[in-house]
Amino acid sequence: MSSTTAKIPATKARKRTNLDQLVLSLVGYITLTLLAIFCIIPFLLVISASLSEESSIIEKGFQLIPSTFSTEAYSLLFKYPADMLRAYGVTITVTVVGTALGLFLTSMTAYVLSRRDFEWRGRFSFYFFFTTLFSGGLVPSYLLIINFLHLKDTLLVLILPMLLNVFYIIVMKSFMSSIPDAITESAKIDGAGDFRIFLQLIIPLSKPALATIGLFIALAYWNDWYNALLYISKSELMPLQYYLYKMLGNMDGMRKAMMASGAVVNSDLPTESLKMAMTIVATGPILFAYPFIQKYFVQGLTIGAVKG
Amino acid sequence: MKQNKYGFWYKVKKHRTLLLMLTPAVLFFLIFAYVPMAGIVLAFKQYNYSGGVFHSPWNGLDNFKFFFDSGDAWRVTRNTALYNIAFIIVNNVLQIFAGILLFEVAGKWFRKITQTVLFLPYFISWVVVGAIAYNLFNFDVGTLNVLLKGLGMQPVDIYNTASYWPFILVIVSAWKALGYGTIMYLAAITSIDTEMYEAAQIDGANIFQRIMKITIPNLIPTVIILVLLAIGNIFRGDFGMFYNMVGNNGLLFSSTDVIDTFVFRSLTTSNEIGMSAAAGFYQSLLGFATIMLANYAVRKYDKDRALF
Repeated sequence: MSSTTAKIPATKARKRTNLDQLVLSLVGYITLTLLAIFCIIPFLLVISASLSEESSIIEKGFQLIPSTFSTEAYSLLFKYPADMLRAYGVTITVTVVGTALGLFLTSMTAYVLSRRDFEWRGRFSFYFFFTTLFSGGLVPSYLLIINFLHLKDTLLVLILPMLLNVFYIIVMKSFMSSIPDAITESAKIDGAGDFRIFLQLIIPLSKPALATIGLFIALAYWNDWYNALLYISKSELMPLQYYLYKMLGNMDGMRKAMMASGAVVNSDLPTESLKMAMTIVATGPILFAYPFIQKYFVQGLTIGAVKG
Repeated sequence: MKQNKYGFWYKVKKHRTLLLMLTPAVLFFLIFAYVPMAGIVLAFKQYNYSGGVFHSPWNGLDNFKFFFDSGDAWRVTRNTALYNIAFIIVNNVLQIFAGILLFEVAGKWFRKITQTVLFLPYFISWVVVGAIAYNLFNFDVGTLNVLLKGLGMQPVDIYNTASYWPFILVIVSAWKALGYGTIMYLAAITSIDTEMYEAAQIDGANIFQRIMKITIPNLIPTVIILVLLAIGNIFRGDFGMFYNMVGNNGLLFSSTDVIDTFVFRSLTTSNEIGMSAAAGFYQSLLGFATIMLANYAVRKYDKDRALF
């Protein structure tokens, strides 16, 4: 964030309190505040609903400020957390493995494409890039993954299809192209191979880009539910977002699961507040990490904006 | 060529490490992008489970005929294109507006906090957005109806009324993309040469003249590129958004069904492999044509910013 905000020049005559400055500041503060409220209010509504008593939701509906405060939904979620924890486990596994592997392959591919002495870099770049222009569509991929690769109901199906993204390869490549050749020249003279140069010189020099791209990949894995929708039917392999999706649409299933595990004895499940509490628990880590990781995303966006 | 000292095999040998480093990515795109492209043959076959991809009988253009004669083709194509056009216009106008205000507004902390808040929706999954929509639009307990009832108005049955959805989806898209685009435009504004502002100030231009005569004209190249590239993707629907907002609610399909949701449903619920492959191929062709046109336009406008 600082990279974009810090550069704003001091040309604005801040000391001048002319009418135009005043009007613009007024319009600016009011509009931006309204936009900020527009962006954040949905989150506040969900938090509030998750902390409301079920009876007051049924009676009065969702409200911005809970009329009766209750943590019943959360305590129910945490009392028998097996399903939720398993979904967390799947998501964390997929995110960690997918990000590590994806980041390694992205940077290795990008490094080769950034090498000016590699004659076929143009052809290989086109080979990768063409996949963003044209695709076989959903049906062939679906049949391939299910009938030929036999990946249905495996953890791999949550990792593999998202492993590489051409856009990230391009961004990484343009970052690595800016590393001066002189740095790798001496290593080459000392007899270091291409892979060693990549591993021991290029990777440490690419840390800022690795952090940014890594977080983009991690966010995509964390938020993925699409591959689970297509390829996962076993409940023990459901990642967090897909588990939430299932539960939002199927509270009856949840009621049965909770009754079976003894969490509730009758059918008095605080359905509405529970849905909202689950939403918060599934989003939680992102909301907490967000302020700290935001700047890396801003960096990534501005690289993307410059490179088109 | 083989006898040539600088021939093909010589180069393979010379670059063997680099080629080895590219292999995982090459295989990845071969399996997950190029093999499915070959699967397009399914669009011309009468798929059956005993025959599979290879031995199902050919049926010419029957799948396409079925897709177009049902009227679905026109409906989903129109919806996809119109939604994307609306998203492009509304999102870009809002983002440029917010970007300019964010740049002009003086307070550093205010700017930081606003940027953080506007960017937040970008980080959550579409499943969570679906949960938020449920909180807002549920007929019995939704926040919107609580508000309407509080004002003495009739509650609205959003999930049963197709005509509300174009507005809702445009607002949701604006909400989710606002921060992302604002930061991109803010970065573009920040890179405008500050001397121009200084000169304008000396000449006595007020802030509004400065915005209209310097900021906006300088932004136009960026806007044109981003919009052209977005137009290139005009036939690609955002599956995550439509599926989580609308789901399988058939009452809303007339105004919310896009090509991607249609293909998904034809594949997974009605199992019409051939027809959904045909619809997917049709979308790929449209997408390919529009992105080539868009790239051609970008090339004409500014060669350096073209995709290829």
